Amino acid sequence: MAERSGAADGLAIDVRGMTKRFGPITAVDRIDLQVRAGEICGFLGPNGSGKTTFIRMLCGLLRPDAGRGTCLGHDVITESGAIKRQVGYMTQRFSFYEDLSIAENLDFVARMYAVPDRRRAVRESLEQLGLAHRQRQLAGQLSGGWKQRLALAACMIHAPRLLLLDEPTAGVDPNARREFWEEIHRLAGRGLTVLIATHYMDEAERCHRLAYIASGRLLTHGTVPEVIAKARLTTWLVSGPDLVGLAGQLRVRPGVQQIVAFGSRLRVSGDDAEQLEQAIAPFRAGRHDWQRVEPGIEDIFIHLTEAAGSGPS
Amino acid sequence: MTRPPFSPARFWAMVVKEFIQMRRDRLTLGMMLGVPMMQLILFGFAINADPKHLPAAVLLADHGPQGRTLLYAMRNSGYFAFVRDVRSEGEGRELLARGDVQFLVNIPENFTRDLLRGDRPALLVEADATDPAATGNAIGALRVLAGGALQHDLRGPLAFLADAEEAGGVPAEPPKDPIDLRVHARYNPEGITPYNIVPGLMGVVLTATMVMITGIAITRERERGTMENLLSMPTRPLEVMVGKIIPYILVGYVQAGLILLAAWLLFGVPVAGNLLLLAGAALIFIAANLAMGITFSTVAKNQMQAMQMSFFFFLPSLMLSGFMFPFRGMPAWAQAIGELFPLTHFLRIVRGILLKGNGLDDVLLQLWQIALFAAVALTVGLMRYRQTLD
Repeated sequence: MAERSGAADGLAIDVRGMTKRFGPITAVDRIDLQVRAGEICGFLGPNGSGKTTFIRMLCGLLRPDAGRGTCLGHDVITESGAIKRQVGYMTQRFSFYEDLSIAENLDFVARMYAVPDRRRAVRESLEQLGLAHRQRQLAGQLSGGWKQRLALAACMIHAPRLLLLDEPTAGVDPNARREFWEEIHRLAGRGLTVLIATHYMDEAERCHRLAYIASGRLLTHGTVPEVIAKARLTTWLVSGPDLVGLAGQLRVRPGVQQIVAFGSRLRVSGDDAEQLEQAIAPFRAGRHDWQRVEPGIEDIFIHLTEAAGSGPS
Repeated sequence: MTRPPFSPARFWAMVVKEFIQMRRDRLTLGMMLGVPMMQLILFGFAINADPKHLPAAVLLADHGPQGRTLLYAMRNSGYFAFVRDVRSEGEGRELLARGDVQFLVNIPENFTRDLLRGDRPALLVEADATDPAATGNAIGALRVLAGGALQHDLRGPLAFLADAEEAGGVPAEPPKDPIDLRVHARYNPEGITPYNIVPGLMGVVLTATMVMITGIAITRERERGTMENLLSMPTRPLEVMVGKIIPYILVGYVQAGLILLAAWLLFGVPVAGNLLLLAGAALIFIAANLAMGITFSTVAKNQMQAMQMSFFFFLPSLMLSGFMFPFRGMPAWAQAIGELFPLTHFLRIVRGILLKGNGLDDVLLQLWQIALFAAVALTVGLMRYRQTLD
C-alpha cells in the first residue's frame, strides 16, 4: 500500500524536517528533501555539513531525532527494514571485506539480500564490472578506482530502486570518475533513483537536481538553472595586473560580497547588482579588463555558505 | 649540518604524545592498574595450596565411642568437614562421583569390638583424588592422626592397644597403630598430576581462545568500517551474532579434540566416561565462551579493548576455577565468584567424565549453569548490539 502511494506521486524520497543531533551539535537541521523517481540528485556541501548523517538517516543507519517522511514509499522511521531491502548504500569509506576476494564479496552481499539465482547474479555482476578474470583477487589489493567500482557493483547486486552514494568519487582519478558518472546516468536511464553526495562542483552539473547543505541546513535546491536563478547573484570576471592588490581594495567596498581567485582571474560577486556596479565603477577605468558573466554553481554555493554564516571547513 | 643522533625535543614530543594517548584510552589505563590489583588479591587472599575443611561424608556403621573420637580428631585437624551422613557405600560413592564431597569416611560395623580385641579394625577412607593437590595434605594429616587420636581413649587396661611395648611384651616387629587405616585414592590412585591438569587444560585453552576470537569479531567489523555496510543490509542482530559464533564452535571442537588426543596418547589419561557426553558438554561450554566474547565485542570500542576484556575475564577464570589451585582451598567469597565462571563447571564436568566416568545425571547440575551463563551473555550481547550507528 505504502509503496503504491510512493510510486503514485513519483517521489522516491520525500522527507520533511529531518533532524539529527549528536550531543550539543545539530548535524542535520530540519532538512526537507524531495527526489523524483529516476532522478539523479546531487547532494552537495562542505565537509562536515551533514551529508553523511542525512544519508544514514534515509537508510535506517541512524535514527532521526525529528522529522518524518518516506523513502520508496516506506516510512523512514518505522519501516527501515523494508527500505534497506530496496536501497543500495555505498559508504564513503570502502566497507566491503578486504580479506575476501571480489567474487566472495559479491556472493556475500547477494546472500544477505537473498538475491534469487545468486550465482548468476554474481557472475553477471562480475562480467559487467569487467572483473570476471580477476574475481579471485582480494578486494584489499584493488586500486581506489576499482574498489569504487566493486562497491558500486555490490550495491547494485540486489537490483535496488534507490542508490545512496556517499562521496563515491572521492580520491578517484578523473578518468575513472567520468566512467563512473556514465554508469550512473545509464542506471538512472533505467529508472533508478540516485542520491549522490559529493563536493566536486563539476559533478554538480551532471545532476538533474541539486541540494546544497552547509552546517546541517538545506540552503538551496532545484535544477542547476533554478538554483542559479534563485540566488540572484551578479558576477564579474576581472583580469589584469596585481589582482591581489585589487582584491584587497575591492573587498572593503559595500556591495562586494565575495572575491574568488581563479587562476589569473578574479570572480567578484554580490547579490545587489546595482550596488556591486557602483562599487566596482572606480576600478573599471583602470588597467583591468572587466566582464559581467553568468554566475557559476560554485559562486552560488560559496555565496550561500558565507551568507549562512559559516565558511567551508 | 648532520642531524644530532638524539634530540631531546623530539624525544620529549614522543613522551608527551604517549601520555596523551594513554590518558585518552581509559580502559587500557584501567586494565594496567586493575590487572595487578586483581592478581594481588587472587594470589594473596584467594589462593591456598593447603585446602582445609574439605567436605566429607560419613558412613557410621558402629556406634562405639572410639569411632566418634576418631571423627572428632579428623574434624579438629581442620582438614575434614563432615557435611553428610550416608547410609550405604553406594550413596557415599555417588556423592563422591558428583563431587559433592571430597572424602567418604567409613567406620565399619564392629569397629569398637574389633578395636578392643586388638584386631586392628579397618578405617576406610575413600578420597576423590582427581586433583592430588586437593587431597594430599588431608591424607597426610589423616595418617598421623589415626595413630594418635585414640591414645586418650586407650588408657589403663586398654593401654596395650595403644602401644605394644608398654604392655610389657617384647615387640617382634615395629609397633603398629591400633587401627588399620585404608585410604583409597579413587579416580587417580597414583596421584598423577597430569591426569588432573590435562583434561582441565581443555577448558582453559577453550576459554582463552574462544572469548578472544569472538571478542574481536564485531570490533573488527567496526574498526574496518565494514559494520556500516553490514548494518545497511537487512540483517538482524541474532543472524550476525550466531553467524559469527558457529564457525568458531568448529574451531573449538578441533582444539578440544587435539587436547583429548594428546591427553590419551601422550599422558595416558584414562577415559572412564562417555566421550559423546563430553562433546555435548563442550558444545555448551564453547558456546558460553563465544557468547561472552561477542558481548565484550559489543562493549569494546576497538580490538585492543576487546582483547583486554577477554584477558580480564580469562585471568580470574583461570585462578578461581580450580584449575591452578584446589577450588576448595579458596575462601568462600572466592568460591562464590569462581562458581560464576563457565570454566569452573566445565572443569568438574571434564574431570568427572574422563576420570570418574560420570554420566549425564552427574554432570547435569554443572551443565545447566554453563548454559545459563551462555544465555545471559548472549542476551546482554543482543541488547548491546545496535542496529544503527547511533
